[in-house]
Amino acid sequence: MNKVKDHLLQGILWISAILTIVILVTIIGFIFLKGYKLMNISFIFGDYSPTGGGGIWPMIITTIYTIMISLVIATPIGVFAAVYLQEYAKQGRLVRMIRFATESLTGIPSIIYGLFGAVFFVATLNFGMSIISASLTLTIIILPVVIRTTEEALKTVPQSYREGSLALGTTKLQTLLKVILPSAVPGILSGIILSMGRIIGESAAIFLTAGTVAALPEGIFSSARTLTVHSYLVTQEAGDIELASAIGIVLIVIIFVLNLTATYISNKLNKAD
Amino acid sequence: MSGFMEKSNRRKYFLEKLSGKLFLICAFISVISLALIISFVFFKGFRPFVAEGYNFIQFLLGYDWVPGEGHFGVFPMIVTSLYATIGALIIGVPIGLFTAVFLAEIAPKPIVKILSPAVQLLAGIPSVLFGVFGLAVIVPFLQNYLGLAKGQSLIAVIIVLAIMMLPTIVTVSETAIRSVPQSYREGSLALGVSEMRTIFKVVIPAAKSGIMAAIVLGMGRAIGETMAVILVAGNSLMIPTSLTDSVRPLTTNIALEMGYAAGIHQEMLFATGIVLFSFILILNFILAKISAKGGQ
Repeated sequence: MNKVKDHLLQGILWISAILTIVILVTIIGFIFLKGYKLMNISFIFGDYSPTGGGGIWPMIITTIYTIMISLVIATPIGVFAAVYLQEYAKQGRLVRMIRFATESLTGIPSIIYGLFGAVFFVATLNFGMSIISASLTLTIIILPVVIRTTEEALKTVPQSYREGSLALGTTKLQTLLKVILPSAVPGILSGIILSMGRIIGESAAIFLTAGTVAALPEGIFSSARTLTVHSYLVTQEAGDIELASAIGIVLIVIIFVLNLTATYISNKLNKAD
Repeated sequence: MSGFMEKSNRRKYFLEKLSGKLFLICAFISVISLALIISFVFFKGFRPFVAEGYNFIQFLLGYDWVPGEGHFGVFPMIVTSLYATIGALIIGVPIGLFTAVFLAEIAPKPIVKILSPAVQLLAGIPSVLFGVFGLAVIVPFLQNYLGLAKGQSLIAVIIVLAIMMLPTIVTVSETAIRSVPQSYREGSLALGVSEMRTIFKVVIPAAKSGIMAAIVLGMGRAIGETMAVILVAGNSLMIPTSLTDSVRPLTTNIALEMGYAAGIHQEMLFATGIVLFSFILILNFILAKISAKGGQ
């Protein structure tokens, strides 16, 4: 009797795992099958055309803009914040408050970030619906990711490195810049890659802060649409599943390459230990 | 010579002090951001109730959302958000938890090597694409096989959300299950208990707090999801009475109307955001309690 039950339970575990794989394969298979027909050079590098048949180059450029700007701002802030928390701060109320805030930021839904970006960056600071408003909103979204991964990386730097360097008479700052941060670089890099994935996949917050203009942005104060927002709009407005899926292929390929890179870096990191 | 040394030392100490301050300011930016987000969203969302004489209770429990006539009630959306989240948990938690158990306890190595990156990839797929998939596959499926007039429905939302929360549940519970000490398993097996009974009676209960955290995180992801949900929800303004009704949860109400809303109407969308925010705060509070308990 117990034997039967054991087999049943084991069966449930296998079925769940198989179901998870089937779901993933179905979604990715669907996106590729629906979208691959549109895939060609002029689709990637072509200008958008509202009558259909155009390319997605403006959205690729917009997506790259948002990634670059948010990373340029969030990386130094996030890395320095992690340095403070790991290397400088004494445990106490201040640190608890910073950690609480960082964790809370992680849990806030993207649409709330969108509301905040719309009232703060777009309206109050008067940046308008623009790439810069979206990028600043994204900066806050990825900040906790950069802080957390950098902290993890700093934790793996052996204490003896710090002691060795300080024993040579260097200051704390010199030790940090010449010894600790260089050995934490792979960890920080994988954090940056994770953040890129997060930015590329983001839609609701960008939708409310960058708007939907489907042209090549003239500058960072132009309204524009990213790949995800484009994919949403062509589905919602035109029901164009093929186009949405073709954009989906581009997105999934980018995410896949980013994942591989992050795994490669963290494997290298583990080997170095 | 000694003067030079002194000068260079002074510069060093100055830089030392300055950098410490700079790092502190950077760390404090999370706190400032959180404070700004809360104050701006709450200020804008509460203004109609404080300055314009709208009743907050009527807003929460009101049935009608007719911005043109000044009627703002979000009760149907609250109910929908809760139904959708709970429904997604009912489907997503067992599949996710059992997949995690499978990965951590019984999966052969080669399968782990395929399944783990697969789950990671599933976590990375942009949420819009789940909506596209839902609209193109799940919605027509429901239409054809359940004979619905319109496939965009509560059940479509539930299925899409269940799929989306799957990676969160799998990865967080897998970590929790892997962190159960090996001695627990050995002790149970040594008593002659079978492998399956050990997993279900010893390992899973021992990983309970981590699994609870996984569920709460999955809930957070489900209740906050927007763009994927818009595409499959149908967006009708009513309290769903069946799984096949067209629905509009809190998040999609904001995203659908922010584009053209102005004045009070726009502020009411921020108020909708406050309701959503409150749910997230409650979830965060529960999560903090769970992890405090787990740490003991």
